[in-house]
Amino acid sequence: MVKPASLAEHLECHQVSRRGFLKFCALTTSMMALSPSMMPAVARALEKARRPSVIWLSFQECTGCTESLTRSHSPTIENLILNYLSLDYHHTLQAASGDAAERAREAAMSENYGQYILAVDGSIPVKDGGVYSTIAGVSNLEMLQHTVAGAAAVVAIGSCAAFGGLPHAHPNPTGAVPVQELVHDKPVVNVSGCPPIPVVISGVLAHYLTFGRIPDLDSYGRPLSFFGASIHDRCYRRPYYNKGLFAETFDDEGAKNGWCLFKLGCKGPTTYNACATAKWNQGTSFPIQSGHGCIGCSEPHFWDAGGFYQPLSAGIGSVGTLAGMAVVAGAAAGTAAGRLHQAKRKQAQRQHEKVTVADLEETDS
Amino acid sequence: MTVSVERGIQTLKEHIDAPVASFFTTCVHCGMCADACLFYTETKDPKYTPIYKLKPMRRLWHQEYTFWGKLAAKLGLSKPVTAAELKEWEELVYDSCTMCGRCSMTCPVGNDIVYMIRKMREGMVAAGFAPEGLKAATKRAITIGSPMGVKLPALKNQIKHIETDTGLTIPVDVNGAEYMALLSSMEIMNFPEYIGAIAKIFHSAGISWTLASDAFEATNSGIQIGSSDLAAELVARVVAAAERLKVAYVISPECGHAYMALRWEGPNLIGRPFSFKVIHILELLDQLRAQNRLPVTGKIKEKLTLHDPCQIVRRGGVVDEPRRLLDMVAADFEEMEDHGVMNWCCGGGGGVSANERASKLKLTAFNRKRHQLEALGVNTLITACANCRITLEEGLEFNNMDVVVLGLAETLAEHLEQQTSSSATTATQ
Amino acid sequence: MTSVELLIWVRGPGLQLSLAAFILGMTYRILQTYFLGRAKNLAEPRGSEWVHGIKTIWWRSFFHPGMTVRGYFTIISGYMFHLGFIVTLLFFDQHIELFKSWTGLSWPALPPIVITVTAVLGIAALVAVLVDRFADPVRYLLSDYQDYLCWTLTVLPLVTGLLLAYKIWLPYTSLLTVHIISFELLLVAIPFTKLSHVFTIFIARWYNGAIAGYRGVQS
Repeated sequence: MVKPASLAEHLECHQVSRRGFLKFCALTTSMMALSPSMMPAVARALEKARRPSVIWLSFQECTGCTESLTRSHSPTIENLILNYLSLDYHHTLQAASGDAAERAREAAMSENYGQYILAVDGSIPVKDGGVYSTIAGVSNLEMLQHTVAGAAAVVAIGSCAAFGGLPHAHPNPTGAVPVQELVHDKPVVNVSGCPPIPVVISGVLAHYLTFGRIPDLDSYGRPLSFFGASIHDRCYRRPYYNKGLFAETFDDEGAKNGWCLFKLGCKGPTTYNACATAKWNQGTSFPIQSGHGCIGCSEPHFWDAGGFYQPLSAGIGSVGTLAGMAVVAGAAAGTAAGRLHQAKRKQAQRQHEKVTVADLEETDS
Repeated sequence: MTVSVERGIQTLKEHIDAPVASFFTTCVHCGMCADACLFYTETKDPKYTPIYKLKPMRRLWHQEYTFWGKLAAKLGLSKPVTAAELKEWEELVYDSCTMCGRCSMTCPVGNDIVYMIRKMREGMVAAGFAPEGLKAATKRAITIGSPMGVKLPALKNQIKHIETDTGLTIPVDVNGAEYMALLSSMEIMNFPEYIGAIAKIFHSAGISWTLASDAFEATNSGIQIGSSDLAAELVARVVAAAERLKVAYVISPECGHAYMALRWEGPNLIGRPFSFKVIHILELLDQLRAQNRLPVTGKIKEKLTLHDPCQIVRRGGVVDEPRRLLDMVAADFEEMEDHGVMNWCCGGGGGVSANERASKLKLTAFNRKRHQLEALGVNTLITACANCRITLEEGLEFNNMDVVVLGLAETLAEHLEQQTSSSATTATQ
Repeated sequence: MTSVELLIWVRGPGLQLSLAAFILGMTYRILQTYFLGRAKNLAEPRGSEWVHGIKTIWWRSFFHPGMTVRGYFTIISGYMFHLGFIVTLLFFDQHIELFKSWTGLSWPALPPIVITVTAVLGIAALVAVLVDRFADPVRYLLSDYQDYLCWTLTVLPLVTGLLLAYKIWLPYTSLLTVHIISFELLLVAIPFTKLSHVFTIFIARWYNGAIAGYRGVQS
């Protein structure tokens, strides 16, 4: 099968109208926080964009990220863009298997050396030489190091690839690390989320296709345009937070009234993602809208950031044991110190030199 | 054994106890105690802030009895208490503190500051830093038996006069009397009316009482200078006399710190409870009043007010008795704005009046009382402490104020109903 | 360490350690003071130490005539700060969630706008007392570095809390981190500075009331 030469042609083949394409361009432009006047440029660039070769490596992951992109109810433009990419290697999606699959990767690498985009989902175990996850007998670590050498840029898709995710959670038995800890000489874009929002993935790829470079990133390497604002700031329930109106349980009056879910553990205030604006399933809803607090899945270490149902203002972990130990230690030390001081006082009393009239003779010098 | 700063520090270490530790721990440096101290309010000099007077002791507590303080001292981060520092603090601890305890009543965190001043003075004495006047008074108290140097012949002489005036016998050394009365030198020399007054009242009420020839002095300079050793010696004389005469009660006279010394510090000073009870003359008079054994006649018409002696009222707990007694003889008794446990000191307590160096400061501090009196516009002032009385008179004279100061007991005695057919018996029978 | 890692640390080990330090320090301080001991009073009592001690703990919280001759600044600013701070600490719903996570207890919260007012009043009073600490000769003389340290540690949670509530200056994550750190510093400082009065005030007042009460005076 011969793939169409440009994205515009590709979309045309799939009965995506010009109007639909421009709508997508407008959305992408706004999501990337570009000026609306940039929309024609984005459209022109995307129309002409050539198929970039993409090698997709899946390491310690759950395929949720791929699911997020591909298991939409109806074909989306995001999905089509993905299809448009020359996805030369992807465990889950490719037909080839075994040696053939690995050979496809080798071939893509040598054909597009220095040009291809490396997409990674899943974290990389590095403990004990990386033995905890291997593909075709090759450790993830080795495969990543090998494949990244010829990549133009790396897109770490999902929180596992971006920040370590679930495998990295305490106590991290496999020594899982995110891509950015292993790749230092290539641009890395972190598209975090568990899973990430499809439009964010396509948006990043669209940006690369349009401008030939990766978008502006925040301090965690995430595209600022999608991760620049917190869920809390864009949340439609925010007014309730400001008024102090909270749902206390999932079925109380507050929950029914759609009040703020902070007390039920919503991590919206410290979570940066586009859920509240882009939403999921073609803009249908997002967790908070469906009555559940944000679990903060696009933030680093979100598995270790306390219970999903513990409010942000509550501490992480239980304090009972430590507090009990502190009482015991304080009581023991305090009693000991107090007794010691009492002994010192009593000692001073025993050594007391009786004051006599003679002592009053002395005059001040 | 000589006085030294080391000995002073050692002594302070003996006296820093749990209450002191809790007070120093809790102080927030709010300065509200300054407002309670007449030496501050009348001078506006911040160094007279009560808690500031304890600064060296506070540092010693920190260095000796706290974790970080001990650490800091070991590392040389906090300097030790020096002789120069104690010398500097002598004025603050003695001249500008009458141990009136008003600061202890107002401290928002509940620090009993005067409790600590009392202890600080222990250290000051041991370090040799006490005012000369107070040292001399204390020496006289120990060696002669009275801070003013009053000896038995002088008392006997006064007794003779009083016996002539009143026609009553003043009992001395009566074994088995119920009450043993004590006097202050100030009363013997300046206000002998007191002796006559109690003699009249006791006679009228039929009380069996006596004086002790070897322990008539109630005052205790040891308490004022702040030496428990010396104070104990003075208390022991009273205890010995009371036990020798087998009295049931010892009457503390109209003297503030004498009551403090005997009633509250006494048993602790000699290290055992007394075999007798200590009762203040006002308490006794109030008991007589309640038993209708104090019949009085006529009331003073002029507006008058009551000066509460700190050690009797605020620090002693005899608060309502003087008021009930005064109501018997006063037609127009008006309280000062701050009265009872919140009254202001005369300015001469706690050894200040024995400390010549402090006389000017004492008169400045008296302005507080002057304002109180002027606000009421009274010409008669009743009190129940000879030391207050002399301080007040001095202050009034200095300010050319036309106010008469009277002792409460003698005022009552003056209004005592003359009994024609008394069933009471004299104590000397 | 990234800001997220820092937040996790301050919400987790940081909070636990500071709470433990606070509990340990306070227990230590109280028992150390208590066990220093005091001599048994041999004088015959006129009143109950316990009754008067407890009464003084309560009554010393209230202003009574004769407490000041200089005016009401200290009293008003003192009440204003303490009430502002305590109400802000105990009646803001997010704080209640923290106490609930520690103790399992919770109580009704005040609306955020009320908390804003109490926090602002608390800060205003603190600023006023700081100015006064310099301006008033008595307080200036009594002050040492610890007074200024304690002032800073006390005002910081209020200020950072307000900034956090209104998202001023820094992102929420950073402000929350700073706010919690300021609270933790305060917790750790309490047992070892004059701030320990939050607990020892009960001991000091008790002793004061007991000493006076023994003699029959309600102090």
